[in-house]
Order: sequence, then structure tokens, then C-alpha cells
Amino acid sequence: MSLPELQFLWFTAFVVLAIGYVLLDGFDLGVGILHLFSKKDEERRLMLNSIGPVWDGNEVWLVTAGGALFAGFPPIYATLLSSFYTPIMMLLCGIIFRAVAIEVRSKSPKIWWRWLWDILFALASAVIAFILGVLMGNLISGIPLDEAGEYSGFFLDLVHPYAILVGVMAVALFMMHGSIYLMMKTEGEFHEKMRHFVNPSIIFFIILYALTTMSTLIYHTHMLESIRDNWIFFVIAVINILAIANIPREISLGRDGRAFLSSCGNIICLMALYAIGTYPVVIRDSSPPFLNSLTIYNASSSMLTLKILLIIALIGVPLVLSYTIAVY
Amino acid sequence: MDVEVLARVQFAVTIMFHYIYPPLSIGLGLIMVIMEGMWLKTKDDQYHRMAKFWTKIFALTFAIGVATGIVMEFEFGTNWSSYSKYVGDVFGSALAAEGIFAFFLESGFLALLLFGWNRIGPKLHFFSTVMVSLGSHFSAVWIIIANSFMQTPAGYHIVEYNGHPRAEITDFWQLVFSPSSMDRLVHALFGTWLAGSFLVISISAYYLLKNRHMEFAKRSMKIGLVIASMTVIFQGISGDSSGKTVAKHQPMKLAALEGVFHTQKEAPLYVFGVVNKEEEKIDYGIAIPSLLSFLAYSDFDATVKGLNAFPKADWPKVQVLFTVYRMMILMWCLMFFVCFTACILWWKGTLFKTRWLLWIMVFSVLFPQIANQTGWISAEMGRYPWIVYDLLRISDGLSKVVTANQVLSSLIMFGTVYSFLFIVFIYLLTKKIMHGPVDDDTDSPFHSIEQVAKELKK
Repeated sequence: MSLPELQFLWFTAFVVLAIGYVLLDGFDLGVGILHLFSKKDEERRLMLNSIGPVWDGNEVWLVTAGGALFAGFPPIYATLLSSFYTPIMMLLCGIIFRAVAIEVRSKSPKIWWRWLWDILFALASAVIAFILGVLMGNLISGIPLDEAGEYSGFFLDLVHPYAILVGVMAVALFMMHGSIYLMMKTEGEFHEKMRHFVNPSIIFFIILYALTTMSTLIYHTHMLESIRDNWIFFVIAVINILAIANIPREISLGRDGRAFLSSCGNIICLMALYAIGTYPVVIRDSSPPFLNSLTIYNASSSMLTLKILLIIALIGVPLVLSYTIAVY
Repeated sequence: MDVEVLARVQFAVTIMFHYIYPPLSIGLGLIMVIMEGMWLKTKDDQYHRMAKFWTKIFALTFAIGVATGIVMEFEFGTNWSSYSKYVGDVFGSALAAEGIFAFFLESGFLALLLFGWNRIGPKLHFFSTVMVSLGSHFSAVWIIIANSFMQTPAGYHIVEYNGHPRAEITDFWQLVFSPSSMDRLVHALFGTWLAGSFLVISISAYYLLKNRHMEFAKRSMKIGLVIASMTVIFQGISGDSSGKTVAKHQPMKLAALEGVFHTQKEAPLYVFGVVNKEEEKIDYGIAIPSLLSFLAYSDFDATVKGLNAFPKADWPKVQVLFTVYRMMILMWCLMFFVCFTACILWWKGTLFKTRWLLWIMVFSVLFPQIANQTGWISAEMGRYPWIVYDLLRISDGLSKVVTANQVLSSLIMFGTVYSFLFIVFIYLLTKKIMHGPVDDDTDSPFHSIEQVAKELKK
């Protein structure tokens, strides 16, 4: 295999891991935000129980996606994390607080104690979702880079309306995904209560989805080039819309599993559209003359490393898949 | 303060805090496998209770290990982005292998291990325990291979990429079996087994002293003690071998660890002493003549390179290294003493009634922890001034765009969050210990759905 093929392959692997992370941690972050809207302790416990066994397994996907980026594209990994220093630190803080909050909330029955941890848990979940969105927003809009591929702006340059918009959209997306997951995982009276969460979160998401799409179309037209060049990619956008539209339909028909699949389809399409739009650039240079963007072709590991990674993945992925399928 | 110092302090704080937990979960993982294996073999319910209880403790250490581990992975990029660019190509393979072979293995079976006691068959559950334990061991394997590249780089060449030099891999197996990797891996793994087994010994000793869960405590103690005693002896051998590797490949580190200022033949080994850096000698030292030469090179006459062979500006902090290295060895001696005495008393049949020893055992949980921490400080501070030995200086590994204020504020953030996390950990651990190996599950952080449903009906 040639170097560009390997680079493309490993970029695809990274995108798949990133999608895996958003699909999985997306619903437990969403449940984390939503559970605060329920005022009763029993209901909150049921909601937390639904993510209890899986949330830390889901975070492994973040670790692995980060590892894949470090391994395959060290310059991108280095620039991404050092440019977004402060948001990343807040993200890490959120991750730790979530782990603590879910562990200790039920250790004391006092009402203030539970409220305290529930608020922290919801806040940490929202912060993680928001920052992931802000990162995404900045990757789409681009950040100022110098010739060495280092960030040449300030912290506040990362906070602009588009990034905030994508941040809020991520929160909405995860809330919707989480509410559908709750529908799928609950039964009886409680199940009906969860229904109240679904419609508002779908509407919330659709509003932000529309706003984000409009802003992207108006202000960040470079995201559209690949789609304009190859009409087949437009089909993904169509599937995306259909997947979103299918969610309320399946919910009202009582087919929660299918609604969850549609929600997953929505996330996969969104992420795929992002990846197709940004390709081959990963970190876009926003300062004229726009020459210093980091692409998968100018910021990767060596051919030998990419080959070794491929071999490791070829041995590892079938193993992981086979035992995951065997287990569940 | 300057960014370099702050970034180093931050890495030290976060890695040392992280390193409390993985050794416990790796060590406990091994013990869980043994206990559950005994249960499958003997069908004795006591072993079942033991495996379940220690799994609960494991779950706690594992959760904090994951949360603090994510921080480590991202910190390479946030604080040390130049270093990440430099070594990324070499580290890549090791990290990818860790992700696929370790993390996915652990997370795939973790839910079965923690929540599957009543839902899956005992054999499948045992298999999950083995897989989780194996996964955590693999994790140690790959991370130590990556770390060993920083100590004794191998299997690479330096290439110009986008106008900057970086290390690129030439031979994967040379990287895996670098001159120090296997010695250091074995040493670290023994350290984790000691951490796990002494935790078991400590908690069991506490129960014995308080007359609670006697049968449970006696059996746990026996298993913990057997593992600890064997490991402590192997650890001595592994330490000797690791020391010889350091002597061969990182002579400046050896000189700093042993306080050798001047190159000398028949170098003595200081059992104790206070480093006097100004006059370049050891004050109040108790020395065994020629022993250092023998330990490092198996020859009483051998020449040991002193710090004077290296530019003074590059010297590591001799006072700190000399002291922490001796603390590590002191901790080994204490562990050896506990194991040795306990085994004799066990043989005599009075172990469970010897209260003074049981009290020492209660506190013995700290010995491997201190040894692990001081051991890592010796290894990593001894690398100074190199972030990758002889290739890249620490000052050249920093993130270029990150300011001192950013690092300082995140350092304060981690300091606060981690102190708090530590309090929570101790609180939860104490609570689990006080609750004891009782069968009901009310102590679990996530009440089982069935149980909550029952409560709701009331």
C-alpha cells in the first residue's frame, strides 16, 4: 500500500473511532444532562442506573480515538491539544467530576447531598458535550496557525458565535440521543414519563441543527466543496434528514429500538458529513494566506508506523469484534 | 514561574496521583483471578464471597484509574506537544497496541465482571475476570515499552519532517525489546502485585484485629501473603537486574541515584547518608566498600562513572534522587520483613493472634505504594535533563504556544480536583471495608433495577 492510501485508511479508522465515541458516550452524556430535569430521586436513580454499567466503557472510545490520533497523526494531535489547552482542561475536569459524582451520589440519602452531586453530574456532562461541540466548531471554522503548524491566536479566539452554536448543538444532540436511549431502556409507568423528554429534546435539536446548517452554508462554504464535486455525498445529507424525521415517527409507534437506531444514523451522517467536508484538512488555517493547514497528508506518522498500526488493527479489531459479539 | 517547571510539576502531580490506582487494580486483578479460580475448583462459597468483595474494591480503583488515565493521555498533547511531535511516530505503535489489546479487552469484559455475578455462568464470569486482569497487565506492558523508549531509545532513526527533526520507527521489535524495557516491565509488574497483595493483607489484618469476618479474613490473608512473599523475593532479583541495566545504559542516572560524584574504582555503596552537593560528597554516610561496583558490574574492582563525567548544568537533582531511591529500597526491606515474619508465624500457627504484627500489616498497605512512587521518581527524575535519553531535552519537549498562566491554572485545577478525588476515594474505600464482604448489594453505586423497582412499589 502506498503512503497516501495508508494515511487515508488511518484517517478513516480515526473517524470511525470518533463516531463510536459520540454514539456511545453521547447517550450517557445526554442522560447525565437530562436526569436533572426529573425532580424525583427514584427517577433519577433509574436514569443513572441505565448508564451505570456502560459509561466508563464508553469513555474508552475517547481514549482510543485520542490514541489513534497520536499514533497516526502526531503533529495534528500535538497542535490540536496545545491550541485548545484551556477547553481540553475543562473537558478533563468534567470527565473526572462525572466519575466522582456517579460513584458518590447514592452514598448518603440526604436531599442536599444528592442534589449537589446530581447538579455536578449534569453540569459536567453538559460541559463535556459543549466543549466537544466547540472543538468541532473551531475545526470547521479554522484557527490561526503559523508555519510550524503551531497555534498563533489567543484563547478568546476560540470562542466565537459559530463555535458556541455548534457547542449548543452538541448538547442538544446528546440530550436527544440520551432521551431515546432512556425510552429504550425503561419500562412501564417510568417509560411513559420519559416520553415527556423526547419531544422537547427533538425540537431543541432540530432548531439548532437548522441554525448550524444555515451558518455552515453561509459562512463556511469550504465544507461544501467535496459534496459539490461528488453528488453521491449529498445522499448522506438526505439520509441524515430522513433519519431525524424518522425518530418522532418510531417513538409514536412505540418502536424505541428503531428510534435509537435512527438517532445513531443521524449521528453517523453528521460526523460523516463533517469528515467529508473537512477532508483532507483536519486543522484548518484561518489566517490569510491559509497555507498552514494540517492535513492527513502533511501531518502523519511514517509509512512504517502506519503499516504497523494497520497490522495491529487487523489482528485486534476482529478479536474485539468477536468477543464483543460473543459477550452480548 | 516558568512554563517548564510548571509543566513538569503538573505532569508529576497528575502521574503520581494516577499511579496510585492502576497498580492496585492490576494487583487485585491477579488476586481476583486466583480467588475465583479457587471457587470454581473447590465450590467453596467462602471463595465466592472473597472474589466478590475484592472485585468491589477493584471496581473503585479501576474507575479512578480510568478517569485519571484519560488526563495523562491528553496531557502529552496539551503540555508537551513538541515532545509528542518528536516521539509520536515511535509511540504510535505502542499506544495503538495498548488501545486495542488492553483497553478494549478491559472495557469489553468489565461490565460482565462487575454486574454479571448472577446473570452469567460461573465459567464465563471467571473468563471475564481473567480477561479484565489480562487487559490491565497488557496496559502496563505497552505503556512501559513506550516509557522505556524515553530511557533507552531503540529501533528508531532521526528524520527531518516538515523542517523539524523527529524520531521515526525502524524496527518494531527493537522498540518492544529495548535494552531496558523488559527489566523495567517486570519490575513495575511486581510492584503492582505487591500493591494489590498488601492491600488485601492490610484489610484482612484489620478484620482479624476487629474480630470481624474471621474466616474471610484468614483466607484472604493467606492468599495475599503467598503472593506478596513470592513477589517480594522476585522483586529483589528484578531490582538488581534493573540496576545493572541502568548502570550500563544510563550511567549518569546511576551516579545520581547512588551519589557518586567522582568516577572511581571499587565504588562503595552508601546505605545511608546526606548528599552535600556543594562539596560533592556524602555526609554522615555509612558505606559498604566496593559493593556498588559489584552490584552494578558484578565485579568488586569495576569503575563506576561519577557525575563529574557529565556537565554540571545537566546533573539531575542528586539530593532528591539519592534519598528517594533509598526510600524505595527501605520499603522493600519493610515488605520483606513483614512477609518473612508473617510466614514464620503462619508456620508456627500463631499468625492470626499476633496483634503487633497485624497492626503493622494494617499500615503495610503504604509500603508498596511508597516504593512504587519513589521508584518512578528515581526512574523519571534520573532521566534529567533528557525527556528522551540523549536525544531530546525536556526544555525542547514543551508546547510552544502554552503560557505559564494556563499551566498554572490547570495545575491548581488538578490539585483541587485530585485532593478532592482522593478524599472521595478514601471515603468510599473505608465505607466498603466497613460494610465488609456481605452479600447484599445495597452498597453498590448503581442499585440494581429490580431493587429500585421494589423500593418504588413501597
